[in-house]
Amino acid sequence: MARIRLENISKNFGPHTAVEDLDLDIADGEFFVLLGPTGAGKTTTLRMIAGLDKPTVGRIFINEANVNDWGPAERDVALVLQQYSLYPRLTVRDNLAFPLRSRVRNLAPAEIDQRIDYAARTLRITHLLDRKTDRLSGGEMQRVSIGRAIVREPQVFLMDEPLSALDAKLREALRTELKDLQRRLGATFIFVTHDQVEAMTMGDRIAILNRGQIVQVGAPQDVYSNPRDTFVASFVGAPAINLLKGEVQGGRAVVTPKSFELPVAGQAPGAGSYIFGIRPEDVRVESGAPVEGRVHDIENHGIEKIITVRVNEHFVRASIPARVDVALEEVIRFGWNAEKLIYFDPRTGINTRHQIA
Amino acid sequence: MAVVSSRGQRLSNRVAIAAILVITLVFLAPIYWIGSTAFKPRSLATTSPPTIVYQPEISPMVKLFTKRVQLKPNEKVDYDNAPWWERMIFDGGERISRTGKGAIQLSGYPDRFINSLIVAVTSTLLAVGMGTITAYGFSRFRVKGEADWLFFILSTRMLPPIVVAIPMFLMYRAAGLNDSHVGLILLYTAFNVSFAVWLMKGFIDEIPKEYEEAALVDGYTRLQAFWKIVLPEAATGIAATAVFCFITAWNEYAFALILTNKKAQTAPPFIPSQIGSGLPDWTVIAAGTVLFLLPVAIFTFLLRNHLLRGMSFGAIRK
Repeated sequence: MARIRLENISKNFGPHTAVEDLDLDIADGEFFVLLGPTGAGKTTTLRMIAGLDKPTVGRIFINEANVNDWGPAERDVALVLQQYSLYPRLTVRDNLAFPLRSRVRNLAPAEIDQRIDYAARTLRITHLLDRKTDRLSGGEMQRVSIGRAIVREPQVFLMDEPLSALDAKLREALRTELKDLQRRLGATFIFVTHDQVEAMTMGDRIAILNRGQIVQVGAPQDVYSNPRDTFVASFVGAPAINLLKGEVQGGRAVVTPKSFELPVAGQAPGAGSYIFGIRPEDVRVESGAPVEGRVHDIENHGIEKIITVRVNEHFVRASIPARVDVALEEVIRFGWNAEKLIYFDPRTGINTRHQIA
Repeated sequence: MAVVSSRGQRLSNRVAIAAILVITLVFLAPIYWIGSTAFKPRSLATTSPPTIVYQPEISPMVKLFTKRVQLKPNEKVDYDNAPWWERMIFDGGERISRTGKGAIQLSGYPDRFINSLIVAVTSTLLAVGMGTITAYGFSRFRVKGEADWLFFILSTRMLPPIVVAIPMFLMYRAAGLNDSHVGLILLYTAFNVSFAVWLMKGFIDEIPKEYEEAALVDGYTRLQAFWKIVLPEAATGIAATAVFCFITAWNEYAFALILTNKKAQTAPPFIPSQIGSGLPDWTVIAAGTVLFLLPVAIFTFLLRNHLLRGMSFGAIRK
């Protein structure tokens, strides 16, 4: 299979910089996710790996070979797109056969049939083979389009938000299927998404992009518990992390303008201004806790409740077990798990732990 | 038909249908007139009021295709041994002129008709072909000064063509293109290509470029992707564009009149030229016109499914 390396890649469209100074090293057989908001440069990066766009600066390697001057056909990568991914006017079978009939591959008909058969069984679409593509549901279309990638037995699978156009239930099902498929094929997957849930559940590693630059690369758990800056912290994780402005004074975190204060743990940096980051699951709601607030909002998520607590003009989200009864405007007390507190530099937004490292 | 629920809607629906019927009749009346005249005996062609009920006959068609001369007084013809269609000519006081060996001499019409076909079909193929490729280029690639180029292409249609008729005539004479098929084909292609570029660009813009990109990644070249993916998808647009180009080239009168006179003359300038000498035989002119209408009607009919979708300019897709 394949290792992909991007060295110092930049891409400009006229005056607009889509990707800037990007370095990535994706291991063979890795499920690698490019995560970021719209316009972050994820798709551009993927298209450059596919060979559909050429980088303005920088080099791309597939298995140690510099592929900058290779066309898409020569790179042996398969691409799955969000929509318009199937050839219209063709049946499912012809769609699957289309890449195999290319002169680049020049396969015997028996071999083509065999590969289609294998892909169809893998994706459970055998019963659809003779249908026209306009008579497929969204989920079926996406399966076929993944099938069209599988039949090629490519070095790399590139997927550009393949699940985004599907409804929630289907998305969840295909998420599991895709991850399972990747394990069975042992292939390198590069998966573009703006959905942090997809990234967290499927990725072996995640690269988070913002405004054409990589902000952080790491395993999902790393990115979640040790975000490089406030952007990553708030982009990854649902419900979103609490970000509170304040100061560390004499071993306590004081949220300003003066509102409430809570203890910090031993790893806290020195006195000064910070943005405190604390995940909702690390906010504890209990009767003896140090801070008093009122319940501002309640979201029931089934397995848990996310409540927003109002303290003067500050809002703090906390997750509590679903069976705990709370009412709007009820007075409650909360504290936090000081060990999990993250300190961001208020000017740059960068995690102080990363600054030191 | 739409599902009609309320009484008011049903009434307005009937009014609409009645209005459409009336309008259709008004539009079809001239076609009926010319069609019926093409099958009338000469004596009924110009009666007032017009003759509606008559015994249709084929003599105008026979006259259209043959060269004839007036029978001299007391001229003897072999009426009994003549075929049925030649007798009709004798009945009209004429005979078909023959060569020394006795072969029938054809009129100028069949040649003009074939000229029309050659010129219209070739220029349509050229204009649509070049238009499609150019439109694809504009649609898919970054062309420097794209808007300016497209405006320039469109601007070639802003001048009424007849304004340049005399310079064209002089240029064609100097270039030896007068009265030649190539000359007319060049001219009609030039008329139509700008139109074809604009129309085709609209259609190709509607085809998601993801299809071709998928094909490129799947191991096809740009040209193969164009043939296998873009052309079948653009078939509707190509059909609509071809019909428009064909109609323009087929009906063109002014330049054909100025630039051709015999060898390459097309049907439009030929048909009225028959009115000129003596008392015009309107039945023959009507017959020529009816035959001239047919190719466009057939072409449009064959492509009707594409046209209906094409006229909506892709608005109903997606």
